[in-house]
Amino acid sequence: MTSNKVIEINHLSYDYPDGTPALKDIHLEVYQHESVAILGPNGAGKSTLLYHLNGTLMGEGEVVILGIPVEKNNLKEIRRRVGLVFQSPEDQLFCPTVFDDVAFGPLNMGLDEEDVRHRVEKALEMMGLKGFEGRSAHHLSEGEKKRVALATVLSMDSEILALDEPTDNLDPAGSRLLIERIQYIPQTKIIVTHHLPVAVDLCERAVLLFEGRKIEDLSMRELLKDRTLLERFGFDADYAEWMYARKKG
Amino acid sequence: MKHAFLDHHSHVESPIHHLDARAKIIVFFTFILIGVSSPPTSFFLFSLLATALIGIALLARLPLGHLLKKILVVLPFLLVVTISVPFMKKDGVGGGYNLGLGGLSISQSGLWILWNVVIKSCLGVFSIILLSSTTSFPQLIRGMEKLGSPKIFTMLTSFMYRYSFILIDEMHRMRRARDSRSFGGRWLWQTKVIGHMVGTLFLRSFHRGERVYLAMLSRGYHGTIPQTTAERLGWGEVAFLSLVPLLLVMRIYWG
Repeated sequence: MTSNKVIEINHLSYDYPDGTPALKDIHLEVYQHESVAILGPNGAGKSTLLYHLNGTLMGEGEVVILGIPVEKNNLKEIRRRVGLVFQSPEDQLFCPTVFDDVAFGPLNMGLDEEDVRHRVEKALEMMGLKGFEGRSAHHLSEGEKKRVALATVLSMDSEILALDEPTDNLDPAGSRLLIERIQYIPQTKIIVTHHLPVAVDLCERAVLLFEGRKIEDLSMRELLKDRTLLERFGFDADYAEWMYARKKG
Repeated sequence: MKHAFLDHHSHVESPIHHLDARAKIIVFFTFILIGVSSPPTSFFLFSLLATALIGIALLARLPLGHLLKKILVVLPFLLVVTISVPFMKKDGVGGGYNLGLGGLSISQSGLWILWNVVIKSCLGVFSIILLSSTTSFPQLIRGMEKLGSPKIFTMLTSFMYRYSFILIDEMHRMRRARDSRSFGGRWLWQTKVIGHMVGTLFLRSFHRGERVYLAMLSRGYHGTIPQTTAERLGWGEVAFLSLVPLLLVMRIYWG
């Protein structure tokens, strides 16, 4: 199993610049093609943990991605392997057109134009956004923006996708559409969310954070059965039970 | 919220809209240069330039009335010039303009200067309006880049364009939040609130800038963005560009 370990985090701690501790001694191992949900209340350190995966933040401890330690010298390599999608698509999409945004990553990777064009086309097709190339991000709906944001990292062909609240701000239909699209993505996925149904639909494993500490690391089925744990995190245990029955069936 | 300022009408279907941005930038800037460099007495040249610009506007299927209304942006600048005209060189009194206000009179050279400013600014602004109404902003930026404008400049401009919408949205939201909790108050108090709003807007933009930079780094940004090669210009662009030598000839003969 060790051969396809894609993420390894040991003793990771991080303090915000003002000194508030955000992560405390985190250990985590993720294997290839796994989908892991990082759950927890606001301020639990979910996004902070996610930002450590591509070196956007660097705390104390060890983060190893596909055998490469996350260090200043390796950032270029790390960032082509970990595609990070920020919570707000307004931060993720900074180019004048959808094409430019999706091409930004591949261009920085030094690929030739033909290859870039091909990747953009493929990424947009995967997100159901064919023909959106010339559109400006501002004129898209929230759901479309979220899908373009995902396409911007899909075009980089990263082995690992790190998504921060992918369904945040979306209406139920938009959320459903996005979840279906994400389900088709074969890469290893780390998904930060505080919506249990999203986690259940997308992931088979859950990591629970609380006040910067990892409280539990268990399979989604185990979590759905554990009423005490669910209630401690403020999830609706009855709804979870129903989801468990549905997942089982 | 949707805004489409700056490049109104840039999505109309017309032969001019389909031209490469580079050709349009060169031609419209030639219009401006020729206009600005001609002496104020070259009435025939000015009328030719205006006719050519109107012709292009018609070919681009743009509503003329709307364009003319946009030219009015020069009014405040003209006003400044107009106010200062009476105080310019008093080498001769312009026919019949003695206002009799304690010897205040309008000089002839002042009037020439006014005419000079009016015609040149109108032609210049009309050219720019045509360029921005026939070319979408992203295409314009790309065109500038292909013509050799420094990448850092085009990047900053494109960020400004992209985030101006978001900033405006944010401002509207803040104003609505203020209005829904505002119950009048003294004028001084209102200015204080506006000051706070501007400060908040600045802080939010600053933080957004940081997040955007992180998003850029996450996608492998390392200070430079590789240039993409330019597409070849087609016959349409060559035909449109032939206006450049034509304009130069016009400038030489009638300028």
